[in-house]
Amino acid sequence: MDSVFGLVVKRIGMGILTLFAISIIFFMGVEALPGDLAEEILGQNALPETVAAFRKELKLDLPPHERYFSWLGDLMKGDLGKSLANGRPVVDLVGWRFANTMFLAISAAVIAVPVAILLGIIAALYRNSLFDRAISIATLSTISFPEFFVAYILIALLSVQLIIFPSISNINDQMSFWQKIYAIVLPCLTLTLVVVAHMMRQTRAAIINILASPFIEMARLKGIHRTRVIVMHAFLNALSPVINVIALNLAYLVVGVVIVEVVFVYPGLGQLMVDSVSKRDIPVVQACGLIFAAVYIGLNLTADVLSIISNPRLRNPR
Amino acid sequence: MAFFKLLRKSPIIARIGLVMILLNIAAAILAPVIAPYSETEVVGDVWMPMSSEHLLGTDHIGRDMFTRLLYGARNTIATAFVITMFSFAVGISCGFFAATLGGWSDLILSRLVDILMAIPVLIFALVALAIVGNSIPKLVVVIALLDSTRVYRLSRAVAMDIEVVEYVEAARLRGEGTWWLMRHEILPNAMPPLVAEFGLRFCFVFLFIAALSFLGLGIQPPTADWGGMVRENSGAITFGIFTPLWPAGAIAFLTVGVNFIVDWFLNVASGLQD
Repeated sequence: MDSVFGLVVKRIGMGILTLFAISIIFFMGVEALPGDLAEEILGQNALPETVAAFRKELKLDLPPHERYFSWLGDLMKGDLGKSLANGRPVVDLVGWRFANTMFLAISAAVIAVPVAILLGIIAALYRNSLFDRAISIATLSTISFPEFFVAYILIALLSVQLIIFPSISNINDQMSFWQKIYAIVLPCLTLTLVVVAHMMRQTRAAIINILASPFIEMARLKGIHRTRVIVMHAFLNALSPVINVIALNLAYLVVGVVIVEVVFVYPGLGQLMVDSVSKRDIPVVQACGLIFAAVYIGLNLTADVLSIISNPRLRNPR
Repeated sequence: MAFFKLLRKSPIIARIGLVMILLNIAAAILAPVIAPYSETEVVGDVWMPMSSEHLLGTDHIGRDMFTRLLYGARNTIATAFVITMFSFAVGISCGFFAATLGGWSDLILSRLVDILMAIPVLIFALVALAIVGNSIPKLVVVIALLDSTRVYRLSRAVAMDIEVVEYVEAARLRGEGTWWLMRHEILPNAMPPLVAEFGLRFCFVFLFIAALSFLGLGIQPPTADWGGMVRENSGAITFGIFTPLWPAGAIAFLTVGVNFIVDWFLNVASGLQD
């Protein structure tokens, strides 16, 4: 058990180190500009005083390492700086939107995970059947579609042709839980479709991989019933790759959510980030980027840790 | 010749994919010849329905949708192609250098790539675009650099395998320089996996550009671009006008085509005959 614990600790350490490195890149990226950010944003015609004031506002007058550590210190205290666009603290802008984004992503995940795994297992068991081929073409097409294409098709069908769901998902705190769920049906469905396609294909591949291994063939040759082979022999061994597939695809949701939020004008973190990029509101973009990065790395970390724990072979490294 | 032999044995899905890609390339190359109007010319009313004059109707300010779609193919595919080429140039040369030199340069490059690959390209690209601002050259550089990390991984791994083979050793003992080794020994032998990867990366970059333009951060109007055209016309959908589905469908059409072929390639390469 010692080595498992060691592996897990090492993996978590690596994750934290990576996040730290990314924060350095995000915050030092400003240094890579010829001239500096204040001149770049205010343009050529800005008065020197304005540029100087703006530079002070961004703390560009401090040397880079000092700026980074003062920012890191503020971050630990929960202070993410101020938005350049409206002067409000970034924490106020980000907080509730992050909750909204998580709400959307989790709703999509709750539907997508069981459906994808079930379809993946069925497709793997009845490999090369009509069902398998049909679903293979369907998922391959869905993967190739950009998220906004899926989203607009759903809007065209379910919100314009049949007027069932709203095409704009505006939610606020006054709404009850079910009202919120009703408002996010379409974005949730879009994300689910895209994620299910990815997840199902990878689950199918993982299960086929397991079913092709010698110990399964042995079990079959012994005359064990098909169901028993799957439940007792294949399932436990498939657990580790399937957990990996789930976590990686949940991480994929992090990116999908940005575009889907823009399509449905959903008040989430992705929408805020895209708006802030076009306004070049650097502190907000950096904060959003860091949150997305942390969630993504966290999910990948979970996948690795779970697969270390659930895979007996990894417990005894040579 | 080998290609045609392979093609004859290919499944119907792969052939459909090939036709889909060729159609797109034809549209991109022949756009000025086929297009009935010019790229940014306003020729009619807003969101006119399909007619013999305007095959796919008109867009949000009355430009011909069919013309825009053809020019969009040209702009979007060309941008994606330039980015992919650039990304391969950077990725392959860094990857080969890391593999042949080894030591510190390999360690530093590989760790940097690990960090860049630890989070989604979209998030990195958004932060980078916020910092450097938005124009086509900047866009090309940012996306190509981010994408080259994937090429680096592959070309380094491939070069590592080739690097230890006798003929490379012989060339090295002969006194050939690193650059010569990379160009004359490693590159020709690393071609097949790199060419296959090119298709995949192109598809990814293409979708990525479309997504960025859709977010309003990619290729800027009035240049016709599929992602941007979806964005511009997105308001129409709530009136029951399906104009934005044309460019969105065009994007899907091309990527489905590429994926059909890639899927078949992967099947052939993995030797799975079941």
